[in-house]
Amino acid sequence: MSTVRIPPVLRPAVGGARELSVEGATVGEVLESIYSDHPEVRAQLVTDGGELHRFVNIYLNDEDVRMLDWLDTPVEDRDTLLILPAMAGGASASPAHP
Amino acid sequence: MARSYQELLAEAREVIPEITVAELAESVSADPGTLHIIDVREQSEWDEGYVPGSVHVPRGFLESRIAGVVGPDEPLVLVCAGGHRSLLAGQTLRNMGFSNVSSLVGGFTRWKQSGQDVAVPRTLSGDQRSRYSRHLLIPEVGEAGQLKLLDSKVLMIGAGGLGSPAAYYLAAAGVGTIGLVDDDVVDASNLQRQIIHTTDRVGMLKGESAKIAIEALNPDVQVNVHATRVTRENVLELIAGYDLIVDGADNFPTRYLLADASLMTGTPLVHASILRFEGHASVFMPHDGPCYRCLFPEPPPPALAPSCGEAGVLGVLCGVMGNIQANEAIKVLLGIGDTLAGRLLVYDALGMTFTELKVRRDPNCPACGPDATLEFRDYEAWCAGPHANPVGVST
Repeated sequence: MSTVRIPPVLRPAVGGARELSVEGATVGEVLESIYSDHPEVRAQLVTDGGELHRFVNIYLNDEDVRMLDWLDTPVEDRDTLLILPAMAGGASASPAHP
Repeated sequence: MARSYQELLAEAREVIPEITVAELAESVSADPGTLHIIDVREQSEWDEGYVPGSVHVPRGFLESRIAGVVGPDEPLVLVCAGGHRSLLAGQTLRNMGFSNVSSLVGGFTRWKQSGQDVAVPRTLSGDQRSRYSRHLLIPEVGEAGQLKLLDSKVLMIGAGGLGSPAAYYLAAAGVGTIGLVDDDVVDASNLQRQIIHTTDRVGMLKGESAKIAIEALNPDVQVNVHATRVTRENVLELIAGYDLIVDGADNFPTRYLLADASLMTGTPLVHASILRFEGHASVFMPHDGPCYRCLFPEPPPPALAPSCGEAGVLGVLCGVMGNIQANEAIKVLLGIGDTLAGRLLVYDALGMTFTELKVRRDPNCPACGPDATLEFRDYEAWCAGPHANPVGVST
C-alpha cells in the first residue's frame, strides 16, 4: 500500500481525508483505485478524453512523475504519492483582475 | 620590572621590519594582491579612509580574527595611524607564529600626506550599526551585506496575508526600498493574519497602512505605494527599478502575469501561496532555473482554485509562508546560501510537515523554453477556463 496525499481542494471529494492508503503497482493503478472509490476525483483530475489535466502535478516521493515514466511509473509499498494542483493563495474577498 | 611604552616599541622594532610608504606603494603596484595589508586602527579611524586593498582588523580583535584573513606564512603589512600600534600588533602576530610581518612607518597618516590613493569606505551610521548589529555579527551578512540590503529594492505584490509579514520583515532587515502594489483597503476580516495593518486603519488603503507601519519600524526604508492592480499594461513599468519581486498575489491571473514579466525582465520571483493549512513556496530565477510555468504549465479551473476568501486560511500560516519569502528574498539579494530555486516547499500546518519536491526546468516550457516566445496574454480569460476562452490561446 502506498500513501497518497490529498490536497485541500480535493479533500471534499474523498470524504475529507488528508491521506489515503491505496493499492496499485503503478501511478496509473493507484489513481484508478482512487477514482473507483471516489468518482468525483476523476471528474476533477481527468479530461473528457481520459488524460490527466495539465494543471495537476503528481509526485512520487519528491520527483514529478512527468520526469519518470508518467502513469506507468512503478509504485512500491511505503512510497508516497502527492497530488498537487497549483494554489492561487491569497485571501482577498474580491479577486483582483489584472 | 615595569617597562615603558618607548621600551616596548624599541623591542618591537628589533623583530618587526618597517617599510616606508614608497616601498609599500611600489610593492602593491608591482605585485597587487600578494601582500596582505592589515589595518589595525579603530572603526572610526578606518571610516575616515584607508590604504586601498587593505583589510580592517581592529587591534582589539587581532588575535581572534587574523586567522580568517591571512595565513601564518603569507607576507603581511600592518598599518595603523602613526606606525606604533602596528609595531606592537606585529609583535603579537610574531608570537602567534606569523613569520612574514612588517609595519608601515608613519602609518596611514604618512601614506595620506604622501599623496597616495586613499579609499573611503561606505559605512553604516552609528544608528544603523546598532540597529543591524545582529546582522553585522553574521559572517554571511556583515557590513557589506547590510549595505547591499540597504541598496536593494524589492517589489511586493500584495500587502495582504503574505505581504504583511514579508514586507514587515524585509523592512526590519533594512531592505532600503520596498514597493507595495495593492489597490485594496484594510478590512476588519484582514486583521486575523495581515499583521502590518491595525484596527484603527480599517478602511485605509493597504499600501498606505503598511507604509505607516514600516516607517514606524525602520526609518531607513523608502516605501513606494503603488495603489493599483498589476496589469499587462503596467507590470513592466512597476517592475522597472526593482531587484526582486515577492509574489503575494491572491489569484492565478496575477501569478501567471508576474511569472511572464519576471522572465521578460530577468527579475527573480519569490513565490508563495496559501490555502487553509497548506502553503507552497519556491524561488524562480529567470532562465537560470525552472519558472512558474515549468512547475504549473496551466492554471486549474476556478472550481479547483478556490480563494482563501472562499475556503479560508489559517492566519498563522501566512506568517510562516510570508517569512519564508522574506528569508529567500534576502538570500537572493545577498547571493548567499541555497535558495528554493529548483524546489517547491510544501508546508502542511495541520500535520506540521515540510515536504520538498523537485522542480526541474521543462525543456518544452511555453514560457522559458528555447522555443518560447513570451508575450502577455489575456490572463483573466485564460484562468477562467476553456469555457470562457480556449486554453492556451492568447487573446
